[in-house]
Amino acid sequence: MEKRATFSKTSIGVMFILPQVLLVFTFFYWPTGAAMYWAFTLERPWGGGNEWVGFDNFRQVFADRAYWGSIFRSLVFAAATATLSMGFGLLLAVACDRGLKGYQAFRTVFVWPYAVVAPAAALAFRFIFAPEAGIFAALVKQNPAFWNPAQNGYHAMAMIIICYSWKYAAYCFIFFLAALQAIPRSVIEASALDGAGMLRRVFDIQLPLITPTFFFMLVISITDSFQDSFGIVDVMTDGGPAKATELLVYKIYFDGFRGLDYSGAAAQSIVLMLIMMVLTFFQFRYIERRVHYS
Amino acid sequence: MIERTPLLNLATYTVMILGAFMVFVPLWLVFVGSTLTVREINIPELHVWPGSHFFENVQAAWARGHLGGRLFNSLIMALGVATGKVVMSALTAFGLVYFRFPGRMLVFWMIFITLMLPLEVRIVPTYAVAANALWPFQSILDVTGLTDLIQRFSGIQVALEWNLLNSYTGLILPLIATATGTFLYRQFYLTVPDELLEAARMDGAGPFRFLVEFLMPLSRANMAALFTIMFLYAWNQYLWPLLATPDRAGFGTTAVVELKLLAPTVSTNGGGTPDWNVAMAGCLIVMLPPLLLVAFMQRYFVRGLIATEK
Repeated sequence: MEKRATFSKTSIGVMFILPQVLLVFTFFYWPTGAAMYWAFTLERPWGGGNEWVGFDNFRQVFADRAYWGSIFRSLVFAAATATLSMGFGLLLAVACDRGLKGYQAFRTVFVWPYAVVAPAAALAFRFIFAPEAGIFAALVKQNPAFWNPAQNGYHAMAMIIICYSWKYAAYCFIFFLAALQAIPRSVIEASALDGAGMLRRVFDIQLPLITPTFFFMLVISITDSFQDSFGIVDVMTDGGPAKATELLVYKIYFDGFRGLDYSGAAAQSIVLMLIMMVLTFFQFRYIERRVHYS
Repeated sequence: MIERTPLLNLATYTVMILGAFMVFVPLWLVFVGSTLTVREINIPELHVWPGSHFFENVQAAWARGHLGGRLFNSLIMALGVATGKVVMSALTAFGLVYFRFPGRMLVFWMIFITLMLPLEVRIVPTYAVAANALWPFQSILDVTGLTDLIQRFSGIQVALEWNLLNSYTGLILPLIATATGTFLYRQFYLTVPDELLEAARMDGAGPFRFLVEFLMPLSRANMAALFTIMFLYAWNQYLWPLLATPDRAGFGTTAVVELKLLAPTVSTNGGGTPDWNVAMAGCLIVMLPPLLLVAFMQRYFVRGLIATEK
């Protein structure tokens, strides 16, 4: 939709958007362009600029088994956290949406984890799951193999998944509850008059009506799990033990800033960018069909 | 609500109470942990009731983590990002909606695309830009041959440099360079009736006046929502401040980044048991500001989340 009435001074209009355009150019387009440039070039060892190497960096990245490992782990992480956080978020949203007495208090509480800083949540869960102190220490004392996230990769992975899902379920809850409350009451009342019970209404009316939100949340969960996991991984496990929790963004950080392999890190960034763009493209297509400006 | 369903109500309450329990248990364990001594906390058993050393641990965490300065840094950064975002998005959306100029749609798409790639994905080159924010412009001058031209005529070697590392500007600017709020405002401006502008213009209001005296008061709720969301977003940042503040002794860093140092990992001290009681006290301190903000601004917070993601 366009405005009929506008201001006529072009120069003033440009002044309004100029700061944003400059910022976006400097901190978005230039870095993205630089990543592409680095991905296709290699710095000469004795200085003198970069040498064009075509797809060599990508070939190297894809030939690296550690990279495929981190893709696999990121997918496992994405699938597990999406399932857990969307499942719990939806369950709690359906419960709150019934509007029973006092549900407002519960609603407030269910939003909290989202406001907890991710690294703080990570530190909290690292303490709770620590094999040397607290409840897990008591269990470990009886059977040392029972729990050891510092040595066992599966335990470490489970730990970061639980921590992330705890926080992210609150986010899913907010969206699912908003979607459920947007369903017109008249639809639900009509079906109640037709004799549909509460559970029947949930499965045959409410859930089908929020499928768009459901798919939207699915895409958002996956893309967010790629980007928001860094703080949790870094605080809880450092990507270890033996790289068992090294997710994609963590690997980019590690190769780029610890390994100083800018070209490799840039090639990995480009691959991640492509994945994100494909996912976001689906999401935007779907949103464009739904949002009406009027 | 509509019918009597005592059994289902019971089930619903059970689900909600269990959910609340899952939210509270970790937070409670953190609080309990922050009240014990090192000796007590390392006993392998579940501590359910708090001890009496809360204030000592808070003091220890405050001193060890330099939390005074770190929290101040976090606060400036979060306020800067939130304010910058609110102002910048209002201006940009205003320019895009209320003006016609060539390339307007191009700019629109240029800003729209920034939604696709979060900072984490392009972290390495963004760091290089922050190390010298004028690098893009220097390169443009070099490539177009302007550097040579200027040197030939004026004898001045153009070498632009502006290091943003270890500065509030460097912490804030890259986080503002996205489209999040712009679309929220655009959507809102598009719902404002055309007659309002016509009436304002008839009364002699120029663009700036129209923005400040008409649109801004109308979008107060949007501003509050965006401000809350952006404050949380900035406060919670981890990877960017971790990289953008290498000078820990001088400028310091944000409270969230400092948190990790309270409970060192294999990479920072080679392992060993952290002082969990102090770490948990620090954890509580850093958690608190966003929790308070959400408690007071819950309405705006929920509204902002839902509006900015769509």
